[in-house]
Amino acid sequence: MITRQRLAAGICALLATLSAGVAFPAGAVADETDSTASPKVELVLDVSGSMSAKDMDGGSRMAAAKQAFNEVLDATPEEVQLGIRTLGANYHGNDRKTGCKDTAQLYPVGTLNRTEAKTAVATLQPTGWTPIGPALLKAADDLNGGDGSRRIVLISDGEDTCQPLDPCEVAREIAAKGIGLTIDTLGLVPDAKTRDQLSCIADATGGTYTSVQHKEELSDRVGQLVDRAADPVVTPVATDGTAQCSSAPTLKSGLYTDREEFGKQRFYRVDVDPGQELRASVSVGADREVNPDYGVLLRAVTVHGREIVRGEGTGNGRTDVISTGLRYPKAESDDDNAPAETVCLQVTNSFSAASGVKTTPGLPLELTVDVVDAPSSSSDVASFGLGRGWWLLGALVLTGFVAGLLWGWLSRWRLAVWRTN
Amino acid sequence: MRITRVLSTALLMAGLAAAPAVADSSPSASASASDGSSAPTQAGTSFRTATELDQGQQGTASGSTGDYLYWSFAADAGQRPTVKATVKLPDTHAGETWQLDVYDGLRRRQACQYGAATRTAAQGTASLDLACTLRTVRAWSEQWANDPLPGTYYVRLTVVDLQSSDLGQPVSTELRVDSKDIGGSAAVDGSLAEPLTPGIAVKSSSDEDSSSTTSAALSSIEPDGGWSSGWWSDRWVWTAIGGVLAALAGIGGYALTRGSGRPRRVPPPGM
Repeated sequence: MITRQRLAAGICALLATLSAGVAFPAGAVADETDSTASPKVELVLDVSGSMSAKDMDGGSRMAAAKQAFNEVLDATPEEVQLGIRTLGANYHGNDRKTGCKDTAQLYPVGTLNRTEAKTAVATLQPTGWTPIGPALLKAADDLNGGDGSRRIVLISDGEDTCQPLDPCEVAREIAAKGIGLTIDTLGLVPDAKTRDQLSCIADATGGTYTSVQHKEELSDRVGQLVDRAADPVVTPVATDGTAQCSSAPTLKSGLYTDREEFGKQRFYRVDVDPGQELRASVSVGADREVNPDYGVLLRAVTVHGREIVRGEGTGNGRTDVISTGLRYPKAESDDDNAPAETVCLQVTNSFSAASGVKTTPGLPLELTVDVVDAPSSSSDVASFGLGRGWWLLGALVLTGFVAGLLWGWLSRWRLAVWRTN
Repeated sequence: MRITRVLSTALLMAGLAAAPAVADSSPSASASASDGSSAPTQAGTSFRTATELDQGQQGTASGSTGDYLYWSFAADAGQRPTVKATVKLPDTHAGETWQLDVYDGLRRRQACQYGAATRTAAQGTASLDLACTLRTVRAWSEQWANDPLPGTYYVRLTVVDLQSSDLGQPVSTELRVDSKDIGGSAAVDGSLAEPLTPGIAVKSSSDEDSSSTTSAALSSIEPDGGWSSGWWSDRWVWTAIGGVLAALAGIGGYALTRGSGRPRRVPPPGM
């Protein structure tokens, strides 16, 4: 009896050890290195005549903008290179042609001298026209150069008065240059035309549109946008996919951007060694008004056109992006010199442009490629083929019991035989 | 005597059989950082700029109606994450529909098992609650499946249907991710060489030659205590207990056939 108790105690101790087993954490992944490229931001302020309207908490729109700028300039992070551009600040006259060229750089993009910048802002007086399109083009030029992220913050109180150059088209052209520029817009008047235009500009570049009615909101939002620019972001590499796999560019692991027109397909090639896994994900952005049913298809095909695996994404309703991805683990080869397999990645989308919307340039496409070691394959549904649950215990107990009985009878029988002999 | 032995053996077995249940309920190593001190107060606007959020943290973000707000979190094998979002709407607004989408590290949309991921706020409603419970994250799946795998997950919160007059109105949002530890019943064989984290190939290659300076990583988030190696599960306990019980049952069965003491027909030695 005592032996049995000891045995039970021992088993319990064993169980406790097992159940308290420590999960071994995987090797720590090293931190990423800091980004060296400094982000650039340009604040583009509408200084047209209408900015003198006094409907922002009792003060004029201009006063609200100035106060917001002062607060934002004080809070701008060190690493951000900030510039200020005005539109409609200088020309008083009625000549449309001259008025629509009126955009000037108030403070050049560079390391910020807060006092100088504030002095420059203080001089502004609401004056002229609203040439949003030309101002955006110039602002994009101001931000040229460097590897950091680029952001334009446009503050306006009215729609562009310089048609036919549609600022929305301008924004899309700027985005299509592939320089990773985002335009955020803030509207100071909640009228439908301004809203549509500013939100169209924002959508075209992956930016945001905010409708502002109070002073506080304005400085909070501009500050938030400048801070957002300071966050380090991976800058994608521009690539140019082709219509056939044979002529497609060969990609290594990384983040890429491209443009894909409606109804067209893009091919890219990736080399995958035996024992490696290809991971690819693709996002196609809706940077203009599109019909509300859409999809994206990413296929991994061999050079001979056989499909290996595919990823599909579909959706409906308002969206910024539709995305999908795939994995392709290539089995280990016995031959050490086995060549890498060329996998063709085919991207197609089923977006359709809403009526009256230009179809060029193509939709922005973002492709992530990662080639990592292949997973250890699964030989059983359960982890290491281990069992679990009461049925398992029951079956094992029953088997053990039957085996014990058989063994006991066998040895008794053998004893009996031995005795009779 | 014989009866008592059999009885005690049976009792011992019953006691042991209850042990796995105890082992099963042992506390799991899931994330529980809920101090909220360093919780992010803004959200990203794309997959690339998604704000990283630890499980158990309450992320907040203010934005405008129409913004696409992105967060990312890490989920490990055996976890079943639940994403909960609260949207505080402006004082006056027309009816608008908000949606919570969860994507995995390959930007594949993940299905919600439970929870209202899309809801419509009637005119003038002050706030809206959205939730999405994912399927259990498995350590391995076939390449053709889109089962959740360990790695980065993206959450996108946005309004999908609205009156254009509501565009750009200020909203504030809260997001929280918690997960339930499913344990050994979800322990599958096989494992990924690297978690499903975008940009991991770039990151590990820049580790090797540290001279090259890469910019920010696409995703650098990982669970508390790092990614699990995937070999441990409570299946080991169940199987080990099964083995011990089988051995005991074997001994018990053997003992039954032997009877107590010497066989009756065998004369004592020296007679």
